[in-house]
Amino acid sequence: MSLELYDTGKRPVWCPGCGNYGILLALRKALAELKLSPEEVVIVTGIGCHGRISDYMRTNAFHTIHGRVLPLATGIKLANPKLTVIGHAGDGDAYAIGLGHLPHAARRNVDMTYIVHNNMVFGLTTGQVTPTTPRGVKTRSTPFGNPEQPLNPVLLALASGATFVARGFSGDVEHLKEVIKAGILHKGFAFIDVLQPCVTFFNTYQVIRERVFKLEEAGHDPSDLESAMKMAMLSDGRIPIGVFYRTQAPTLEEAFSHAMNPPPAARVPSPVDLSRALRRFR
Amino acid sequence: MLVAGPAGAGVFATSLIIGKTLLRHGHYVFVTNEYPSLIRGGHQWALVRSSPDEYIYSHRRIIDIIIALDRSSAFAYVGRLSERGIVICDEADCAPAQDPRVKPLPLRRILKELGAPPVALNTLASGVVFGILGASREIVGSVIRDQFAAREDLARLNVSLAEKGYELGVGLNTGAFPSLEILGNGEERLLIDGNSAVALGALAGGMSFFVAYPMTPASPILHFLAEIQRDYNIVVFQPESEIAAINMAIGAAYAGARSMVATSGGGFSLMVEALGQAAMTETPLVVVEVQRPGPSTGLPTHTAQGDLRFVIHASQGEFPRAVLAPGDPYEAYLLGFKAMEVAWAFQIPVILLSDKFLGESYWTVQQLPQMTPSAGSVVRGEVGGGYARYRITEDGVSPMALPGTRGALVYANTSEHDEYGQGSIDPSVVKAMQEKRFRKLPKLRAIAETEGVKTYGEGDRAVVTWGSTKMPVLEAVKNVSSVKVVQVLWLEPFPVDRLRGELRGRPFIVVENNMTGQLVSLIREKLLVEPEGFLGKYDGRQFEAEEIEDFLRKKGWV
Ligand SMILES: Cc1ncc(C[n+]2csc(CCOP(=O)(O)OP(=O)(O)O)c2C)c(N)n1
Ligand code: SF4
Repeated sequence: MSLELYDTGKRPVWCPGCGNYGILLALRKALAELKLSPEEVVIVTGIGCHGRISDYMRTNAFHTIHGRVLPLATGIKLANPKLTVIGHAGDGDAYAIGLGHLPHAARRNVDMTYIVHNNMVFGLTTGQVTPTTPRGVKTRSTPFGNPEQPLNPVLLALASGATFVARGFSGDVEHLKEVIKAGILHKGFAFIDVLQPCVTFFNTYQVIRERVFKLEEAGHDPSDLESAMKMAMLSDGRIPIGVFYRTQAPTLEEAFSHAMNPPPAARVPSPVDLSRALRRFR
Repeated sequence: MLVAGPAGAGVFATSLIIGKTLLRHGHYVFVTNEYPSLIRGGHQWALVRSSPDEYIYSHRRIIDIIIALDRSSAFAYVGRLSERGIVICDEADCAPAQDPRVKPLPLRRILKELGAPPVALNTLASGVVFGILGASREIVGSVIRDQFAAREDLARLNVSLAEKGYELGVGLNTGAFPSLEILGNGEERLLIDGNSAVALGALAGGMSFFVAYPMTPASPILHFLAEIQRDYNIVVFQPESEIAAINMAIGAAYAGARSMVATSGGGFSLMVEALGQAAMTETPLVVVEVQRPGPSTGLPTHTAQGDLRFVIHASQGEFPRAVLAPGDPYEAYLLGFKAMEVAWAFQIPVILLSDKFLGESYWTVQQLPQMTPSAGSVVRGEVGGGYARYRITEDGVSPMALPGTRGALVYANTSEHDEYGQGSIDPSVVKAMQEKRFRKLPKLRAIAETEGVKTYGEGDRAVVTWGSTKMPVLEAVKNVSSVKVVQVLWLEPFPVDRLRGELRGRPFIVVENNMTGQLVSLIREKLLVEPEGFLGKYDGRQFEAEEIEDFLRKKGWV
């Protein structure tokens, strides 16, 4: 399928050189290669620069409020498991205001893909600190340097029981496309943290380029949780990208198999026989 | 009849066994309860009222029979006992009994002799009541067997305990209470609580997706729906917070599922941001708010009507919504259905405003009618090219296609957007979209005017009320012909003309379960009239009919 199929024709408003372009391109390519028709895909986006991606993706979409991508996407998927649901959040969206939802989405294993555009800074609100900003970095809200230790999203996802954990880099579109494809194909919750430089407020292109290496090429075994944890905690300055961990587990939808035939979203309202439920009130 | 005792003694179960037994005799029954927010320890009570020929709206102060399951209960309520009243208690709990109405019985001794556990005291004591009332042994047995349907051994034990108690009761009856007759209509009627009724109404309205984070007094809705989810093939889920709950419900509704959330004020506070999202994305949503006294955590297990203005105004910005307040379980059922229908016809958030008293009390209800939900504004099947989720239409409602529909790409956007859902800051688009959303209001208002007010009786004076406070009001004016009761069921949009019509020329007072008179303030604002009086209550309890009677008497109305 051609990439135009997924293009609304709207020109992105992102800053020239922004890492979001790479994610947009990788996503379109992934959908095309998986031959997913726009009608069967739902993109859920949060509030932030990343959230604009739903204006540019010619698919179904829900541009939700700040931090709520995961519960919203979960609701969509539970109501209609036939849809391919892909969530996009910024690092502020995903790890600050929306962090409470992440461990739960991971342990509940909804069959969806969660792509975090991690630029380690608030973009849309013009450059404040986020939970992934490295210590000491000066932002508009930390003019004397970030006093906090950044959190480790990959480790958090692993510890929460996510069944697919990966990291991508928007500067390597081909690799990112493969990671996204693997995430979409994974049955269960696929977590993908994407290093996405914000050229305007925290340009990390050069540093990241110098330090990334691919887990596949390093001989990492993605079925080994312990080694995935080690890779997530790597402290020698190198940054692994690729699939850290992958396993199979029952999905949340499966627990509701009684309600899936047809799924809630496909029901045409009709009279309901309440007599069985009413017995207890006699 | 009042059952009182420590938490864990089966106070509520007893009240329901007694209530159902009376129901199956064909009586009108009402059961209400009070308990502290404790799992173990703490005192609780449940009250049962019944009548063979008169609808029971609410409780009163005076009690005929007290079942005391511990020592403090044996003496705590004697002051409320009627002349002919009786207190049933174990001999150890109520000795020495100076008041002849207190009847010390060898209940615990009997339990021991029969090898029954101490918690079975309640069944034995309720058996005594059945004996006093001359209830049908067959009905008593069937109610108890249904209650313990899951455990046959327990059912057998409890039936035999009730029979033992029955004998004691027969011996106690001094003829003060007329013997219960079996009237022919016990099978049809239900004894149902407001929480279950709301759930059933929504279910009848096609609800297929329910998400809730537990919060008293709304949790029973979650428990009930969770229990029946497999019978009705619905998704019932408890996520990590109210924020998650409402967002899941909105996601599910966007996908096409009729979804609902239920919570109390604190949880609703957390949902407020997403309420605005439902409005902005024009996603149909039903939120049940079962009020308890606030602010903050307030009184978790008590009742109030303090959130009216809050739910009417909740969230930033301006948008149309509906706020419906049922006053009894039958209305809770009808409005649960209606809420679903309105949400899906208009693509707006609908809030059902209930409270602990309505949610957790039980009333007699004739059959709940079967209802047929309509298709709403959803378009199914193939959709022509260029589908626009937010197409500007005459009535403001755009055809709602579901994701997955061939030929349609559905873009819901919580940021301001154009007809296709594309983000927009163009002033003409912003204005057009805001007007489109508000174009739903006239039709919505028309429904509020037609269905938003109910009246009871005639009379040249009126008592105006809303929600469950209607019940003690009706109890209080049952025999007063000069007073008309006016209940407002649609609080938003407010049925201005209809209410004005019902009140025309009449002096009126307002009774509601809050301190500041929130309905009063709405009437003042919308009708530009002032009530002759306001009776509020804010101690966490629903009115006793006597309090309202006293107020009317002081006003010189009765
Ligand atoms: C509840 C709420 N709080 C704050 C905001 C303002 N806000 C908009 S975007 C944003 C942060 C964006 O950062 P991030 O999620 O990292 O996305 P980016 O712009 O970097 O892609 C904030 C705080 C909001 N929209 N809603
Ligand atoms: S501010 Fe940063 S993240 Fe936002 S568009 Fe510009 S470069 Fe991209």
